[in-house]
Amino acid sequence: MLVAAGGINNAVLVVVLASAVVYGTPLLYAALGELLAERAGVLNLGVEGMMLVGAVMGFWAVQRTGSLLLAIGVAAVAGGAMALIHAFLVVTLRANQIVSGLALTIFAGAAGLSSYLGNDLNLADQPAKHAFSPFLPRSWRTADVVGPVLLNQSALVYASWVCVALVAVYLSRTRPGLNLRAVGESPAAADAMGINVVAYRYVHTVVGGAFAGVGGACFSLAITPQWVDGLTSGAGWIAIALVIFAFWRPTLCLVGAYFFGAFSGIPFTFQARGILSGVPPELFQSLPYVMTVVVLVLVSSAGARRRLGAPASLGTPYVREER
Amino acid sequence: MPSAVELRDITKRFPGVVANDGVRFEAAEGEVHALLGENGAGKSTLSNILTGLYRPDEGEIVLWGEPVSFASPRDALDAGIGMVHQHFRLVPPFTVAENVILGDHRGEGKKFMVHPRRIERNVAELGKRYRIAVDPRARIWQLSLGEQQRVEILKALYRQARILILDEPTAVLTPQEAESLFETLRVMADEGRTVIFISHKLHEVKAVADRVTVLRDGRTIDTVDTGSATPRSLAALMVGREVSLAERVERDGEIGAPVLEVRGLWAHGDRGGDALRGVDLQVRTGEIVAIAGVAGNGQRELAETITGMRAAADGQVVVDGRPLRGGDAREAIRAGIAHVPEDRLHTGVAPSLSIASNVVLKSYRGKQVTRGPLLRLRAIRDHAASLIRRYDVRGGGPELPARQLSGGNLQKVVLAREFHGDPRVLVVASPTRGLDVAAIETVHRYLRDAASSGVGVLLISEDLDEILALADRVAVIYEGAIVGEVDAGATTVEEIGLLMAGGAG
Ligand SMILES: Nc1ncnc2c1ncn2[C@@H]1O[C@H](COP(=O)(O)OP(=O)(O)OP(=O)(O)O)[C@@H](O)[C@H]1O
Ligand SMILES: [Mg+2]
Repeated sequence: MLVAAGGINNAVLVVVLASAVVYGTPLLYAALGELLAERAGVLNLGVEGMMLVGAVMGFWAVQRTGSLLLAIGVAAVAGGAMALIHAFLVVTLRANQIVSGLALTIFAGAAGLSSYLGNDLNLADQPAKHAFSPFLPRSWRTADVVGPVLLNQSALVYASWVCVALVAVYLSRTRPGLNLRAVGESPAAADAMGINVVAYRYVHTVVGGAFAGVGGACFSLAITPQWVDGLTSGAGWIAIALVIFAFWRPTLCLVGAYFFGAFSGIPFTFQARGILSGVPPELFQSLPYVMTVVVLVLVSSAGARRRLGAPASLGTPYVREER
Repeated sequence: MPSAVELRDITKRFPGVVANDGVRFEAAEGEVHALLGENGAGKSTLSNILTGLYRPDEGEIVLWGEPVSFASPRDALDAGIGMVHQHFRLVPPFTVAENVILGDHRGEGKKFMVHPRRIERNVAELGKRYRIAVDPRARIWQLSLGEQQRVEILKALYRQARILILDEPTAVLTPQEAESLFETLRVMADEGRTVIFISHKLHEVKAVADRVTVLRDGRTIDTVDTGSATPRSLAALMVGREVSLAERVERDGEIGAPVLEVRGLWAHGDRGGDALRGVDLQVRTGEIVAIAGVAGNGQRELAETITGMRAAADGQVVVDGRPLRGGDAREAIRAGIAHVPEDRLHTGVAPSLSIASNVVLKSYRGKQVTRGPLLRLRAIRDHAASLIRRYDVRGGGPELPARQLSGGNLQKVVLAREFHGDPRVLVVASPTRGLDVAAIETVHRYLRDAASSGVGVLLISEDLDEILALADRVAVIYEGAIVGEVDAGATTVEEIGLLMAGGAG
C-alpha cells in the first residue's frame, strides 16, 4: 500500500514538474520581454494584451501557412507592433506609463482587438494544423524524471533557455547592455555620455513586446493548441509580477516562471487525474494569482524594495531640457 | 595661443526667462578660463549648450576655427568636449570603471563585449597618471562627493576631452581636495587642453585661471586677465556694484540664556554605526555657534537629529529648557527650530511645486495661509512675491516650479522660508554653498540680523572663512564628537584646521 502510494505521489510530482515547465514557458518569454523594457525604464502593463494579440496572430499564421517558425515570427511582430504604440505614447509623447499600458491591455485583450481578430478570421473552434510538440528521441524522453520533465518538451522551451542565456549575457557583459542599464538607472547620466536614451527605450520596449507576443503564441501553438478568446487568462499580469520577484534578473526569471508555472498547471493536472476532486476547480485556478499577491507583498516591503534593484528611472519619462 | 572654442552670440530662452542673451565667449588652447557670474546669470545653461545638452535658439559654436552644430551630447563628446556637471551625472549602482566607459564608441568602445578586468586596469592607470586615483571597482554610491567628482573628470579624460568644463566643482570639496583639483587642472592645461572653470569663489578664480569671463543676466560683461584683477574688482564686475566680501563684522545685540541645548546626543548613521557619539552643545539667544569639521564627520546627522528628522539613539535636545521627544520634525518646528538643510534640492524643497507653495510649506497651518481647511491662494502668492523681492530670488515669479530655478536661487527660497517663520533656533548647513558674492552678502546679513534679534543660530559649515566671519564660538566636530571649542574672535584658521583633522582632540 505504502509503496504504491509513494509511486503515485512520485508520478504526480513528475507531472506537476513537467506542467510547471510547460506553463512556465509563456511566463518566461513575457517576463524576459518585460524585463528588457523595465531595464530601459519603461513599465509595460500592456503585456497581457500583447500576449493575446501574439496568440491570435501566431495561430492565424500557422493555419494560413502551416509554418510554425513563421507563426512565431508573426506573433513576435504583432506583439512588437503593439509595444511600438506604447513606446510612442510614453517615450515620445511622455504619456503616463501605467495608463498607457492598461489602456493597451484593455484595448487588445479579451473582448477587445484579439477577440475581434480571432472571430473575424474564424479561428475559433479550428483544430490546429500544426503545433509545437516534443521532438527529442523517444528513448531520452522516457528517462527517469528528467525525461518527462525536461526532455519531453517542445522547441519553444529550449529556445526560451537560449533566450534567458542571451539576455543574461547581453545585460551583464555587452556594451549595449551596459548602456541599457544606464538608461534605466539614470537617463540623465546616460544622455550626457552620448547614449541615445530615446532609441534605447524604443528598441527595448518593442523587443519586449515581441517577447510577449511569442509568450502568447506559446498558448495557441503549443499548450492549448488552438485559439480561444482570452486564452492567456492573466499570464501577462503574472509575468509583470515575476519580473519584480526575479529582482530584474533573467536567470531568476527562469526559476520564478517555473514556480508560477507549477501553480498554473496544477488545476489541469489535478482535474485530469481526479486528485482532490472534491475541491472546486476555481480554487486551484486562482492559485497563481494568490501566489502573485503573496509574492508581491513579500518583496515589496519597504526594506526589500531598495535592495531589490528596481531600475531607478522606472516609470518616469526623460526630458533633456527639463529639470 | 590659438583659440580652442568660441561662442558667438548665443541666445537660449526658457519659458519666461532668457537664460543666455547673445553671449560671446572665447577660450584658448592650454588655458584655464574661469566663467563667473551671479546665481542665474546663465553659466550652467551656457555650458550645457557647449556640451550639446541644450540647443541654442540663436548663435554659433566654433571649435578650432570650424563652426559646428551639435544635435546631441554625443556630437559634443566626439568633438572633444567633456563636462563635470553641477549636479553629477553618474549611475549610482555602477562601478567607477563602468561609469567611465559608458557611451564610449571609439577604440576599445567598438568592441561588443565588455571586459571588466581590462577597463578597470585602464581606468586605474588613467587615475594614476592624473593623480586622481579612485578604486575602479567601487560603486558610485559608496564614494564621497569629492571622489565622485574625480570619476566625472576621469570620464572626460577617458573620452579624450580637449575642452573640459567644470561647473562649480569646488562647491562639494574640502579646501584640501580643492587644492589637488587645481593641480590636476593645471596639468591638463599644460598638456594643451582647455579648462573652463565655473566658480563663485573669487580667490579660487584668481588662483587657478588665466582669464575670466563675467556673465550678468545672461549677457557677457567682460573678459579680463586674472593677473590684473582683484577679488574686489571681479565682484564688482559680476554684480554691477561694490560689494563687501565676507569679513568679520561686530554685531550688536546681547547674548542671553541658552535656547538650544544638546546633551549627550548619540545617533546612528545611514549605513549603520554611530554617526554621533555623545555630542554636547549649547547655543544661547543672540549667539552664532559654528560647527566646523571635514564633511562626513556627523554634521548632517547632528542637524537632522536636532530638527527631528532623525531619531536620537541616546541623549536629549532641549529648546528653551523644554526637552523634545525627538524624531518628530513637526514637534521641532513647533518648538521654534528652523532648518536649512544641506541638500536643498531633495530635502529643502518640493521640486515640482511652485515657489509660492514652497515658501508656505511649513506654515500651512498658520492663519495667514489658511482659512478653515482651505488655502488662501492670493495671500500665499502675495506673500511669496514679497519674499522673492526681499531675498532677490531671480528667474521667475511665485508660480514657477521650484526645480526650474538655478542652484543659487533655489537656496534663497529655502532661506526665505526658514528665516521668515520667526524661529527661536536656526540650524543652517552650508548656507552659502553655491551662492554668488552678492547673495553671500545678503545671507550673512540675514544671519547676523537673526542673531541680533535674539535667535540662536547653529551654523554648520566647512567654509572656514565663513565661520570666522560670522560665528561667536566655534565647536569642531570629528568622528561624531565635539573635539574642541574656541572663541571665533581669538582663533586662527590653522588652529581650527588642526582640530578638524582630529589633532589635539
Ligand atoms: N531647464 C530649464 N528650464 C527652465 N528654466 C531654466 C532651465 N535651466 C535654466 N533655467 C533658467 O535660466 C536661468 C539661468 O540658469 P543657470 O542654471 O544657467 O544659472 P547659473 O548661472 O548656473 O546659476 P547658479 O550659479 O545658481 O548655478 C535661470 O533663471 C534659470 O531659472
Ligand atoms: Mg549653475
